[in-house]
Amino acid sequence: MDVMEAKVLTKNFGVKDSHTLPVYESTGGYNVLKRLFSMKPEEVIEEVKKSGLRGRGGAGFPTGLKWSFVPKDSPKPKYLCVNADESEPGTFKDRYLMELDPHRLIEGIIVCSYAIDCHQSYIYIRGEFVFPKERLEQAIAEAYAKGYLGKNILGSGYDLELTVHRGAGAYICGEETALLNSLEGLRGMPRLKPPFPAVVGLFGCPTVVNNVETLSALPFILGEGPEAYRKFGTEKSPGTKMFSVSGHVVRPGNYEIPLGYSLKKLIEEDCGGMKDGKALKAVIPGGSSVPVLPAKDAMEVNLDYESLAEKGSMLGSGGVIVMDETTCMVKTLTNLAHFYAHESCGQCSPCREGTGWAHKILKRMLAGEGRAGDLETLHRIADNMAGKTICVLADALAMPIWSYLKHFRSEFEAYIEK
Amino acid sequence: MADIKFNEANQKKFEQLLKRYPQKRAAMLPTLWLAQEQYGWLSPEVMTYVGGLLEVPPSKVYEVATFYTMFHLQPVGKYHFQVCRTLSCQLRGAEGITAQLKKRFGIGIGQTSEDGRFTLTEVECLGSCGTAPMLQLNDDYHEDLTEAKLDQLIESLE
Ligand SMILES: Cc1cc2nc3c(=O)[nH]c(=O)nc-3n(C[C@H](O)[C@H](O)[C@H](O)COP(=O)(O)O)c2cc1C
Ligand code: SF4
Ligand code: FES
Repeated sequence: MDVMEAKVLTKNFGVKDSHTLPVYESTGGYNVLKRLFSMKPEEVIEEVKKSGLRGRGGAGFPTGLKWSFVPKDSPKPKYLCVNADESEPGTFKDRYLMELDPHRLIEGIIVCSYAIDCHQSYIYIRGEFVFPKERLEQAIAEAYAKGYLGKNILGSGYDLELTVHRGAGAYICGEETALLNSLEGLRGMPRLKPPFPAVVGLFGCPTVVNNVETLSALPFILGEGPEAYRKFGTEKSPGTKMFSVSGHVVRPGNYEIPLGYSLKKLIEEDCGGMKDGKALKAVIPGGSSVPVLPAKDAMEVNLDYESLAEKGSMLGSGGVIVMDETTCMVKTLTNLAHFYAHESCGQCSPCREGTGWAHKILKRMLAGEGRAGDLETLHRIADNMAGKTICVLADALAMPIWSYLKHFRSEFEAYIEK
Repeated sequence: MADIKFNEANQKKFEQLLKRYPQKRAAMLPTLWLAQEQYGWLSPEVMTYVGGLLEVPPSKVYEVATFYTMFHLQPVGKYHFQVCRTLSCQLRGAEGITAQLKKRFGIGIGQTSEDGRFTLTEVECLGSCGTAPMLQLNDDYHEDLTEAKLDQLIESLE
């Protein structure tokens, strides 16, 4: 399938004033609500399950299944927290979804909130996103004025309040339980799981955390039906997904593609090929946390959950970082180690110490003072980080370390011989 | 030191935002944002005031404020240049941008110029990797930077 046909999320990108209510309504926006309120919440969850939609925030957890974990008989209020923290390096899709089509997100939020019996939703948006936040707040005000939010929405008897909550600079607040702590007015430190947020989440109540892109797919799924959604993508990875392409390509940017699309085609055709005619060296296909692919693997892989796993990487958040032949892989890994060391919240020793030491060693190597045994030490640090901590930020540096050392070992060795 | 207190507009905003949360403490980040807007940075006195409003000890406010990079625990310049240093920006020339600013303002990373006009910091990925290199100047993003574009931006500041 051609990229041009896969327009579930970006249909209105490029339409003048796409962020305003009249334009969204003129393209069929908010039509889904009538149908929504005629359905039982369980039926909504069932449709989302059927669509095969998986979380687009990074972990790829099936969305309908996640909602079904919210206990129906709980007397406590339920919450939806929208993850708009978008801070995985290489990822810049949620920002455009909010800037260019905020009403699609709001409509998706209403769908999810209704399905899980939630009457207060929060959008947790990273502090730096001042402009997207303004756009969202304008859109929310429009939606309230038109009766799509607030008390007794469209006479259905269903109430929903929607609040934007601004973060203040911390990558870790994108992790769902850190996000909850941050929203509660604490330091953004991840919580031990279980219990999972669906059972004990915000203010100790059942809570769903979903990514902006995940929720933005809901108006299409409810409006056109799960089968229409499944026409895009593959059997196991249905639907479309946003890929944010950055680095050494001619046309970086956001591309909505049907899952299963060829990475080679994305880079060579849609993105106009490599910048300055250089050769491709490596691609990080799913945000900085996932294993890097050398050019050969990258040119063979399709962008879906299964194909990327086969090649030893992950789909993650869909942040595609493209590197040409001039890129120094030691410098690249040092840059990422700096990031994770800076962003570790510090409550687990393997992560706090491991990210810090990995960065120190790499920085020393890069400065020309590599020592015999450094690569073994890096490997050991990664082994001691992964799977041993409260959240997976530690794994998010371990995976790059392993994969860079595996695919580009000779480059690292050259820094030790010097 | 003059009395620390929200001005009328911010006091109204503060009362409004309390309504959106079932617990006072959850209004911590938005209240700190209001306070920083009014005072430019979060002094110990301002944090104590916020603690009073939210009925938590000042130490709790301090604990939170120090966790987040966007809260200023000391005054910053009128123009705060925050250059993204993370991978996608590095691949497209972030180091050149930082070097240009250092030279132009005669300051290092984390410093403020003597006249108090310019502060330079390096920050991690700002979710703008497709338009790298980029920086945030106060609230605004400036993307697809070149040396000439950056010069122009600086010239345009009062
Ligand atoms: C360190 C870390 C950072 C994360 N950052 C984000 C983020 O910025 N945005 C996001 O949507 N999910 C992020 N996630 C994933 C969330 O924890 C969570 O899985 C997601 O919000 C669930 O929504 P989804 O099922 O719709 O994808 C992060 C996870 C980790 C471990
Ligand atoms: S793994 Fe790192 S970021 Fe995650 S909770 Fe532990 S110390 Fe914090
Ligand atoms: S790496 Fe600079 S904005 Fe993402």
